[in-house]
Amino acid sequence: MIQGISIYHFLIVSSLMFFIGIAGFIIRQNLITILLSIELILNSVAINFLVFNRYLYPDQLQGHFFSLFIIGVAAAEASVAIALIINIYRRIHGINTDDVNEMKH
Amino acid sequence: MADYSYTLLIILIPFFVFLLLGLFGNRWKPMVSGWIGTTGLGVAFILSLITAYQYFFAGAGEAYSKIVPYDFVWLSFTDTLQIHMGILLDPISVMMLVVVTTISLMSHWFSLGYMKGEVGFERYYSFLSLFTFSMLGLVVAPDLFQMFIFYELVGASSFLLIGFYYQKPSAVAAAKKAFIVTRFADFGFLVGILILAYFTNTYDFATLTKPGTTIFANAAGITFMGASAISWAMGLIFVGAAGKSAMFPFHIWLPDAMEGPTPVSALIHAATMVVAGVFTVARLFPVYYFQTPDVLILVGYVGGFTSLFAAVIAITQHDIKRVLAFSTLSQIGYMMVGLGVSHYGGEEGLGYMASMFHLFTHAMFKALLFLGAGSIIHAVHSNMMQDMGGLRKYMPVTHITFLVAALAISGIPPFSGFFSKDEILAAAFQTNKLLFYTEYITAGLTSFYIFRLYFNIFWGKDRKYEHTPHESPMVMKIPLIFLALAAAFVGFLPFHELVTSDMKPFETVTHWNLVIASVSIGVLGIGFAWFLFKKENSKPAAIAQWFGGLYTITYHKFYIDEIYLFVTKKILFNLVSRPIAWFDRHIIDGFMVGVGTVTVKTSDKIKGFQSGNLQQYAFAFVAGALIIVLSLLYYIG
Repeated sequence: MIQGISIYHFLIVSSLMFFIGIAGFIIRQNLITILLSIELILNSVAINFLVFNRYLYPDQLQGHFFSLFIIGVAAAEASVAIALIINIYRRIHGINTDDVNEMKH
Repeated sequence: MADYSYTLLIILIPFFVFLLLGLFGNRWKPMVSGWIGTTGLGVAFILSLITAYQYFFAGAGEAYSKIVPYDFVWLSFTDTLQIHMGILLDPISVMMLVVVTTISLMSHWFSLGYMKGEVGFERYYSFLSLFTFSMLGLVVAPDLFQMFIFYELVGASSFLLIGFYYQKPSAVAAAKKAFIVTRFADFGFLVGILILAYFTNTYDFATLTKPGTTIFANAAGITFMGASAISWAMGLIFVGAAGKSAMFPFHIWLPDAMEGPTPVSALIHAATMVVAGVFTVARLFPVYYFQTPDVLILVGYVGGFTSLFAAVIAITQHDIKRVLAFSTLSQIGYMMVGLGVSHYGGEEGLGYMASMFHLFTHAMFKALLFLGAGSIIHAVHSNMMQDMGGLRKYMPVTHITFLVAALAISGIPPFSGFFSKDEILAAAFQTNKLLFYTEYITAGLTSFYIFRLYFNIFWGKDRKYEHTPHESPMVMKIPLIFLALAAAFVGFLPFHELVTSDMKPFETVTHWNLVIASVSIGVLGIGFAWFLFKKENSKPAAIAQWFGGLYTITYHKFYIDEIYLFVTKKILFNLVSRPIAWFDRHIIDGFMVGVGTVTVKTSDKIKGFQSGNLQQYAFAFVAGALIIVLSLLYYIG
């Protein structure tokens, strides 16, 4: 329990992050930006886990562990995604989603 | 009992030759295929002769027994109703073995010269072997169902052989016609078999033909449209037989079947396939005689009518093979008459014996006539009588052998046809005067049309040929000479001791008045032909003129083909087939096409959603999730 900050503030922040991430994922054309959007979504979820754990079940730790998992998964995902993006760039000299519409090149 | 196990080889050799030539025939030179086929058939021929000798002459018994060297149950419905496959030897099947293998061997041999250099030589030989196999399987069948199976095989292989020149539209049409007509008749045969088996619970010939059998008691009193059930069954079986034997009104396929190679005509349309029907009736003769004498009378009248009808048409035809085809119809009519007027047992069974005798002799001289015609066609390159004349100088062997056959078919002693035809006439004279007079007139017509053919080909006008006709090569002359000897001398075989209705020998009495009458009408026919056709003159044309319309009608074969065409094209096609076709095309097909069209239209509309663009999917997913969440909030809240 943090003095002066209610659970709603945290949830509003994480919702904003989530929807900014969704919007970025849908709207942006650049693969790097899409990756950033996904990171935003993941982080908003991690915040939610921590907040609910802290405010509703302060004597338990599941939410913390889930957050740690999410950070780990996000790191792995980012490395794989960046490796893919670099490969795509080498092949077609661009990372625009509209150009990546064929499996074979 | 003597060992007849080798008879299986007679059947199987042609089958394996067929497989061998059919599968590997194109690997070696065509002539090798020809010789393999001929050699195989030669072995079968010798084995048949051995069988015949062993059966008829080695065991000198009073009556011949039915011997079954091979028999196994193929399908078993009940304890008695079983389909057997096997071999049944009795006088008629042994006789048929000899006939089929002899004629087949001669055709094989003759074809070595006649078909030389044709495209598909090995195919031709494999089909010949297939046909021989199916015909042999038919004659040794121990039950009706095996007979039916081989009936169909015979039909199919004759289709293949008639349509051998498959690039010629007329040959294709003829093959189709033969197949459809005989297949249609075979349907009657099948229905007849099934009715018979339903009431008697057996397919087995031995059970069916045992005199005094009681298996027909089940059917007693059951009638349908005024005829008893067994009469219907036997009548329908006769329909099948009439289809194969080209009896009126199923005769239409035989003249067209002459589109096939000439040795095929000799084999199929003179000696084997077309006598299958006669053989069937003879095989079931005790059933016809004891159970359904009314159908047997029908057999006699159909035969009598066909023989007269075909003989009249034969007089007016110009294609030599067609003359021979109609002559075949006429002679098979004789055989049917022989069966139709026969009684059972001893001398009463004269007609049966005479019919089988005529089958035997006819096979020899008609095959000879056809092979002779083949030899002539080979030399002149035409089927038409107008293109021939004076050929006796160029082709002495063909001339002499053809003359022998012509004398045999005219019933001039001592050639073979005289003995058999005379006995049929004698049998008819004792039983049925109407049929006797029909056949008597037909005998005169026979000798007239066959000598019209003979004089037109070998005498008549001395015409100029573009290239001088030459005698056929040795390989074609040997079968001619062999068959000529057979046609001249097989008449002396004591058939009344060999092939009789009750399998017991009997003594025949010579009716001298009948002999004189039948020989004199034969000679009259020959004399008339000599008078008209010996030298080219205007008399035949004048006579044709005098008959006027009658001649035209006869020349067009009494328009039977046209009647068939009218019935099928105008009535069946227009009134039955077209509505059915319309229903099929518009209702049934329309429904199926409609289902397809609706599917295609729908997919056209919705396939835009499957763009493969992940961002679009994500948008749809998120939007959907939002809508669900919002609507849940709205309703719950």
